[in-house]
Amino acid sequence: MFHFLSYAFIQRAYLAGSFIAALCAMLGLFLVLRRLSLIGDGLAHVSFGAIALGLFFGFYPFYVAVPVALIASYFILKLTEKAKMYGDAAIGIVSSVGIAGGVILAGLSKGFNVDLFSYLFGNILAISGREVYLSLALSLAVLLVILVFYNDLFSATFDQEYAKLTGVKTDRINLLLTSLTAVTVVLAIKVVGIMLVSALLILPAVTALQLAKGFKFAMFLSVLAAVLSVIAGITVSFFMDLPAGAAIVMCNVLFFSAALLSKKLVR
Amino acid sequence: MPVNTVLSVKNMSFSYGAMEVLRDVSFDVLKGDYIGLAGPNGAGKTTLIKTILGLTDGYTGSAELLGMERRNFNTWNRVGYLPQRVNAFNPLFPAKVKEVVGLGLLSKKSFPKRFNAADEVKILQTLDLMGAADLGDKLVAELSGGQQQRVFLARALAPDPELLILDEPSTALDPVSREGFYDVIKKLNKERGITTILITHDTAQIGRYANKLLYLDKRVIFYGQFGDFCHSPEMTAYFGEFSQHLICHQH
Repeated sequence: MFHFLSYAFIQRAYLAGSFIAALCAMLGLFLVLRRLSLIGDGLAHVSFGAIALGLFFGFYPFYVAVPVALIASYFILKLTEKAKMYGDAAIGIVSSVGIAGGVILAGLSKGFNVDLFSYLFGNILAISGREVYLSLALSLAVLLVILVFYNDLFSATFDQEYAKLTGVKTDRINLLLTSLTAVTVVLAIKVVGIMLVSALLILPAVTALQLAKGFKFAMFLSVLAAVLSVIAGITVSFFMDLPAGAAIVMCNVLFFSAALLSKKLVR
Repeated sequence: MPVNTVLSVKNMSFSYGAMEVLRDVSFDVLKGDYIGLAGPNGAGKTTLIKTILGLTDGYTGSAELLGMERRNFNTWNRVGYLPQRVNAFNPLFPAKVKEVVGLGLLSKKSFPKRFNAADEVKILQTLDLMGAADLGDKLVAELSGGQQQRVFLARALAPDPELLILDEPSTALDPVSREGFYDVIKKLNKERGITTILITHDTAQIGRYANKLLYLDKRVIFYGQFGDFCHSPEMTAYFGEFSQHLICHQH
């Protein structure tokens, strides 16, 4: 039964998927608590435009998507701060520009529509060796940054004004958080695709928040739910011949439902 | 600035666009003072405090905080602050009381800002001082308004500040808790010599605790000893004789 574990593509999917899901789970907790849950959706839509740009000019799409998503995250932040608008409106603007740009490029080019639309739903089972190394390297880098700035991120998420008073450079921390999210979202597109990327950021975090009695424990639960969902989702998709991204998201939904139910039962 | 002056504000003015909020505000706070900062809604009390604390920029005039011009001031661990709305945090945030009190110590930390065993002891001592030692492992969001207030005061006190600024701290408290809270602040002021500025609408109540009153309505209407407040010609001119009599009678 376990012979499928010997397949290299399954091993690559488990490894890269788990790392990326864990990152999404950690960052998602900060984003959900800041009421910025949909930033993942917005940045994924921008990545759609960036991937189209990469395909249009013949570059490796992820090399274009990472810088473009970073620039978009900066714009979302600045629109929120300087144009005095709520985060959801800023995300909506940047997201629309990304989708519109992608669709225009797809219209201009006749040859890459199939490639472009394959990114909409992702395919972790088709992840290449190079993409695994890239995912691991970026995942470790993002993880290191979170660990180093943990107290600043915690403080700025809990109470931005007080954080500023205690010397936390909240502008820089906000930029750091959105930049890390941008890189992570681009990585997560490979796992679940553009359409479902926000599920990886939101679902593990809200699952953990149902049960956790402390922030660090919430982070642990969030990572656990995310990694188990990836492993279960990939396994189910292999045996039932289902799309892996959608299976991963549905496993996340199951964990969330179980957490919600157990919370209600405990009450 | 004399050695015992903790805060010196000179000709401070501030506007939000075309709306003037502070006009030519000047006053000095001496070491050990307990100042009640009162005034009607929209008088600029919170803006004044936020400007002093560096949370709002773009003022004219000067503010010297603990011997240093505010724009250059960076030892924020010397100043404790209890904001107006302590329950403004996300109620879903699973932050433990100990974690929240620890945030007050971040101002003392340099990169990479790690807490150590001494910090743990300090957090517990501060919670004990606030009568909240048993709350350490509870979630802040699950506490009552009065308990949250004590936790956030502990956060402000954790770095042993020389100046404590409280913005309408009694709003969420019932009358009994309010008296208890004011007693704690007075004790800190008297026994530990912490200079205190407390924003309040209740001039009658603060008169029992503070030694000076700063009455603000965009500009300084009155600043002086509480005993002089009722006989002040500035206050009579501002309130009218009848209203002045009523306020002082309550006081």
